[in-house]
Amino acid sequence: MEKAIICKDLTKQFGDFAAVNKISFDVNAGEIFGFLGANGAGKTTAMRMLCGLSYPTSGEATVAGFNVYKQQDHIKRNIGYMSQKFSLYESLTVQENIRFFGGIYGLSDKALKDKSNSLIERLGLQAEAKKRVSELPLGWKQKLAFSVAIIHQPKIVFLDEPTGGVDPITRRQFWDLIYEAADDGITIFVTTHYMDEAEYCNRISIMVDGRVEALDTPTNLKHQYKVETMDEVFYQLARAAKRSGE
Amino acid sequence: MKQFLVFVKKEFYHVFRDRRTLLILFGLPIMQILLFGFALTNEMKNAKVVVVDYAHDIASQQIITKIEASSYFSIEKAVMSYEDMHKAFKQGKIKCAIIFPPNFNEDLTHAQKASVQVIADASDPNTAKTIANYLTAYIGDYQQSINATMQLPMVIQPEVRMLYNPDLNGSMNFIPGVIALVLMIICVTLTSVSIVKEKEMGTMEILLVSPFKPIYVILSKAVPYLALSLINLVVILLLSVFVMNVPIRGNVFLLFAECTLFVISALSFGLLVSSFTNSQQAAMLISMMGMMLPTILFTGFIFPLENMPLPLQVISNIIPSKWFYIIVKAVMLKGLGFGTVWKETCILLGMTAVLLTISLKKFKIRLQ
Repeated sequence: MEKAIICKDLTKQFGDFAAVNKISFDVNAGEIFGFLGANGAGKTTAMRMLCGLSYPTSGEATVAGFNVYKQQDHIKRNIGYMSQKFSLYESLTVQENIRFFGGIYGLSDKALKDKSNSLIERLGLQAEAKKRVSELPLGWKQKLAFSVAIIHQPKIVFLDEPTGGVDPITRRQFWDLIYEAADDGITIFVTTHYMDEAEYCNRISIMVDGRVEALDTPTNLKHQYKVETMDEVFYQLARAAKRSGE
Repeated sequence: MKQFLVFVKKEFYHVFRDRRTLLILFGLPIMQILLFGFALTNEMKNAKVVVVDYAHDIASQQIITKIEASSYFSIEKAVMSYEDMHKAFKQGKIKCAIIFPPNFNEDLTHAQKASVQVIADASDPNTAKTIANYLTAYIGDYQQSINATMQLPMVIQPEVRMLYNPDLNGSMNFIPGVIALVLMIICVTLTSVSIVKEKEMGTMEILLVSPFKPIYVILSKAVPYLALSLINLVVILLLSVFVMNVPIRGNVFLLFAECTLFVISALSFGLLVSSFTNSQQAAMLISMMGMMLPTILFTGFIFPLENMPLPLQVISNIIPSKWFYIIVKAVMLKGLGFGTVWKETCILLGMTAVLLTISLKKFKIRLQ
């Protein structure tokens, strides 16, 4: 099977502190991969390395087939990213945001126009297209942010706690969008603190103290730890952590 | 290139949609010019001038009438001895005296050369200089008007004496200072705040993850503010010429080139500030403390540098605004060319290069 991400002994060292300590895992193309861990476990650091935002200290990794040391530019062109912080420009309108982010990914004017129209239609935002993003409710903003993050048809999209602070119904709708994107062949790499969301993933990994302690499908993990819910799996692993949260 | 334009366009949207930014951008310079300007000109209204006219001839009378006709001076004719005049100056009763020697007209018509003395109380250097400048200007005016009808040119030599502060240290015009201050505020504060805002909002991460190169992120932040600063400069210059009556004597292009250099150094500083702060408040505070305060203190446009303790004078040399101020004063007010300010320009250029290098390096390090 084609691999979207391959990590081998990937490490990020800050002085004596190994924020990410020799993690190894693969993510299959088209997969929804949940990347779990308590605060301070090293999720964000690992993700930054994979996105080409920081260089690993040691180890190997390829993202969309490109080397994280040498081909950061290629990686950036082939991934989308949405962070836990809300990441659109509040003072721009819905349409301007779409055009801006499409623009910096180098989409042509025509493609931009088509994309922005179809996107606005799909999200049902026709009436709000010319409104500033600051006027939209949080759930809509998040859905828009996700759509903007995949506007350039990336191979992989990284979602850093994308549903923080939104209500369960909106979260559910958000996951519908994620499934749609996955159906289109986009690999999803998502971090979350919601264990019900972990269940939506094809496979999940759980990081503890900079290491990947568990990696499997949600069902297999529950079997392995002999518990009923993902909550308990996570709790068993995270309880052993020596590092406290950030 | 297209990406770059998209970004610059977005930056302009930001500026024009944020009322606070607009206020700082265009309200501040106008307010400062008017504030500094009228604080000065108010003092000039009806300044008391004592005229000691030993000549009592047609030329001296005509000059006096000319001065009297203006709204800036109220004339008081008196015959005073030098000692009495000194006493009056010391007691602060008079700010300025103008003395016509005997045979003023005769010297003028026969020797084609006459002198007139202007004495000003320079303990308040700004006022003294302004008064003296105005009076000399009136005398110069008169000289021109009579020369127009004469065959041989005549010269009236105003001899200006500044009492108590003969070198006029610290006397200067405020316009160059305000230009320095305003450009500093706009470039440093607005640039750093706009970059830090992207960090706060989380949009910076999105930009860094995109194929858009970090250097372009910086450039496309800098370009709009450079453009806006230059527009602002035009506003300030128009205000100073048409409202404050401060002329631009030197080459306008040279003035703009020097201002652009200063703007770039300020932008680099703003960039530097943004790379080690994470909140808009912090960025704002540091830019204010780091640049505005030194600009006000160390350029000498409010407090004379020469009167400062030596350590402070030494410190003033590392403030870019100080050199910029010297340049603008020379080019704008004195009408001097590049030949006289090349040294200061080089210093400013060096500072800009250093600042830019550090801030670009710092920005890169942050990405690792």
